[in-house]
Amino acid sequence: MDYDLSKPQKMLQQSVREFCQRQCPLEKVREIMETDTAQDPELWQGIADQGWIGLHLSEDLGGLGLALVDLAVVAEELGRACLPGPFLSTTWAATLISKSGHEAAAKKYLADLCEGSKIATVACFEEESGWAAEEYSTIKANESGDGVLLSGSKQLVGDAAVADIMIVAARGDKGLTLALIETSADGVSIKATPGIDATRKLYEVKFENVPGTVLAIGDDAKRALTESQQVGNVAVCAELVGSMQWMLETTVEYARTRKQFDQIIGSFQAVQHKCADMLLATESSRSAALYAAWALSESTDDADRAVSIAKLFCADSAQKVGGNAVQVHGGIGFTWEHDLHMFYKRNKANEFLFGDSTFHREHVALIAIDAA
Amino acid sequence: MDLNLTPDEQSFRDELRAWLKENVPEEYDGQRGGEDSDGYWQYLRDWQKKLFDGGWAGVSWPTEFGGRGATPIQQSIFLQETIAAGAPEHLGVIGEGLVGPTIIVAGTEEQKAKYLPRILSGEDVWCQGFSEPNAGSDVAALGTKAVLDGDEWVVNGQKIWTSFAQGSDLCFLLVRTDFDVPKHKGITALLVDMKSQGITRKPLRQMSGDSGFNELFFSDMRVPVANQLGPLNQGWKICITALMNERTNLGSSMFTFFDQAVDGLIEHARTRKRNGKLLSECPLKRQKIGQAVADLEVYRLNIARALSRMEKDSTPGPEGSMLKIYWSEMYQRLSQASMEILGDVSQLKDFDGGEWVYRYLRSKGSTIEGGTSEIQRCILAERVLGLPKSY
Ligand SMILES: Cc1cc2nc3c(=O)[nH]c(=O)nc-3n(C[C@H](O)[C@H](O)[C@H](O)COP(=O)(O)OP(=O)(O)OC[C@H]3O[C@@H](n4cnc5c(N)ncnc54)[C@H](O)[C@@H]3O)c2cc1C
Repeated sequence: MDYDLSKPQKMLQQSVREFCQRQCPLEKVREIMETDTAQDPELWQGIADQGWIGLHLSEDLGGLGLALVDLAVVAEELGRACLPGPFLSTTWAATLISKSGHEAAAKKYLADLCEGSKIATVACFEEESGWAAEEYSTIKANESGDGVLLSGSKQLVGDAAVADIMIVAARGDKGLTLALIETSADGVSIKATPGIDATRKLYEVKFENVPGTVLAIGDDAKRALTESQQVGNVAVCAELVGSMQWMLETTVEYARTRKQFDQIIGSFQAVQHKCADMLLATESSRSAALYAAWALSESTDDADRAVSIAKLFCADSAQKVGGNAVQVHGGIGFTWEHDLHMFYKRNKANEFLFGDSTFHREHVALIAIDAA
Repeated sequence: MDLNLTPDEQSFRDELRAWLKENVPEEYDGQRGGEDSDGYWQYLRDWQKKLFDGGWAGVSWPTEFGGRGATPIQQSIFLQETIAAGAPEHLGVIGEGLVGPTIIVAGTEEQKAKYLPRILSGEDVWCQGFSEPNAGSDVAALGTKAVLDGDEWVVNGQKIWTSFAQGSDLCFLLVRTDFDVPKHKGITALLVDMKSQGITRKPLRQMSGDSGFNELFFSDMRVPVANQLGPLNQGWKICITALMNERTNLGSSMFTFFDQAVDGLIEHARTRKRNGKLLSECPLKRQKIGQAVADLEVYRLNIARALSRMEKDSTPGPEGSMLKIYWSEMYQRLSQASMEILGDVSQLKDFDGGEWVYRYLRSKGSTIEGGTSEIQRCILAERVLGLPKSY
């Protein structure tokens, strides 16, 4: 048993870290986030060339056949760099295609996604249904020939403006229907809905009789969607850990150098204790995030619970860590000029993605109380 | 990262599992209540004896001292399996977790032979006499004085907050043996028989109503030089080793205790009603239960990760302070949430034998004992994060 990263995992971590420092330092993050789509094609191609998109998919599907812990290693570094762009959207969509078991779609799209020549996203969230689209989705999937025609609208769709394909969670006659569409199809309208996090853009997408290929229906669709969100959460948790790590290091560095009253502020206990709490929250989150990644990879009995626990713990911790980071920086921490706010805001968006803490606490309670 | 067990680890687990299956006693059905509950202590002592006879006492101790010589990962498996098997909580926190490991590092051959086996068998229960009225967080300021007279130390002074002193056979005592050097350099460690002439013990009542800790007064108490642990005036170093052990061990051995609390809470939520509805139907209570389960699980993972790190670098490091802050503050959150979930009746002493009231009150001591949360945070800030010393 080894809770630590393996040698190859440490090498992967190192190479992602160096890549981000070289290709996307924080000045670059700012430039990219000021654009309409926060997508930089050159950077995207660079990531794809490294093989990090879909690295957890099997090799015959175009991935590297690595485990979810490896995905977490990459995501942690991307979080630590606050790297903009559609990594999470594409990872989610690629996972969903592969989990849906639709071989033709997998053949047709996954290799392109992994190579970076296509970008994908998932349209799942609606205000009344949340992330559990199977329950209340208002999007209708009407059968039409081999496929379906989709009508309705979705919110909070990540990177829709740069996505070539989109998987839509809709409702058909046989329950939840996962349909794949080309975003260039007639009847798709995409409207930017700027959110708190500028490094990943969100959109409202409307569908009017848009033709889609059915990837999965009913229980199969539900299982695929849930599993893809679990994988998404593994990546989100790791991102949050990376972000916390950056905040911790940046804050401690500041506390070591900034002086007031002729003293280093890091010698004041009120400051020290905030930093110590950041350390505890970051490390505890790392324990939880790594475990969730491993458990899901290995399909352990408690994998579902592990993912929910990691998500709520990392999201709540990121709030505390972010709050302390800003406070210890004083006025400068509240400025646009300082980089802190980019992480602080992205953490908030990540907190909501794939279910917030309230959602996951309920899920943990459900398993503990009702499922035993 | 791979949490799968190696073949060696697996056979350790299988052997342990089989043993536990045969030996774990029925759950204690009397009142556990506070630390005064003799029946419960006997139950824990019996369990310790069983562990000892079965070769499972002192899993982390080297085999030459009667332990199992388990690696940190095997310890983690031990923890996991004893929880899963519903085994009782651990008795020998101070003896097995703190005094024993320190004697192994600093003791003479005679001391090892004399004390170690009796710790594991549960025959000797130890207490720890460090704190004094004027030396708490700043233990090194202690003033209990020892003067050499022939081959005996003559001890005068006072200790306070000494847990378990009422039922203890021996005391791990820190005394000042040199007043003319910086405070850390004049302290010596003694292993003291609690039946010695010249000790007076006065129980202190804790806010929970129990007498879990005591005052100890020493008046010309004589301790043979043979009972001195480690070299003269090196007591501080020895004490640091002991405290490091305390911070890591105390935490992991308490896991079962918390785990049982959460299980009990869920059981109540499933069966008790309020306003005609099961407690478990209330969304707010469900949120609190979900949080408690998550808190506890992350604690388990933190322990497993710390032990996995120690597998490669065996010295307990300052991250013990992280575990200490985590479990003590979790204990308080858990106790508070439990009473909120259970509702008004949980304040009654008859409700579950006062278990929830006890936890609610006792947890307040946990962020003080073994180094306060403030001191632990200073340790993390200075030794892990490299911030300047604040005191
Ligand atoms: C339940 C329980 C069991 C115990 N069992 C034992 C035992 O078996 N053996 C034993 O020897 N002792 C035992 N203790 C004593 C315990 O170790 C001390 O109470 C503890 O170290 C604090 O010392 P103090 O009570 O003198 O408080 P003080 O040290 O006076 O602290 C008072 C407050 O000031 C804060 N403070 C002190 N110094 C600093 C600083 N430098 N920076 C910031 N804040 C500071 C503390 O955090 C605390 O909040 C036990 C205590 C309890 C509550």
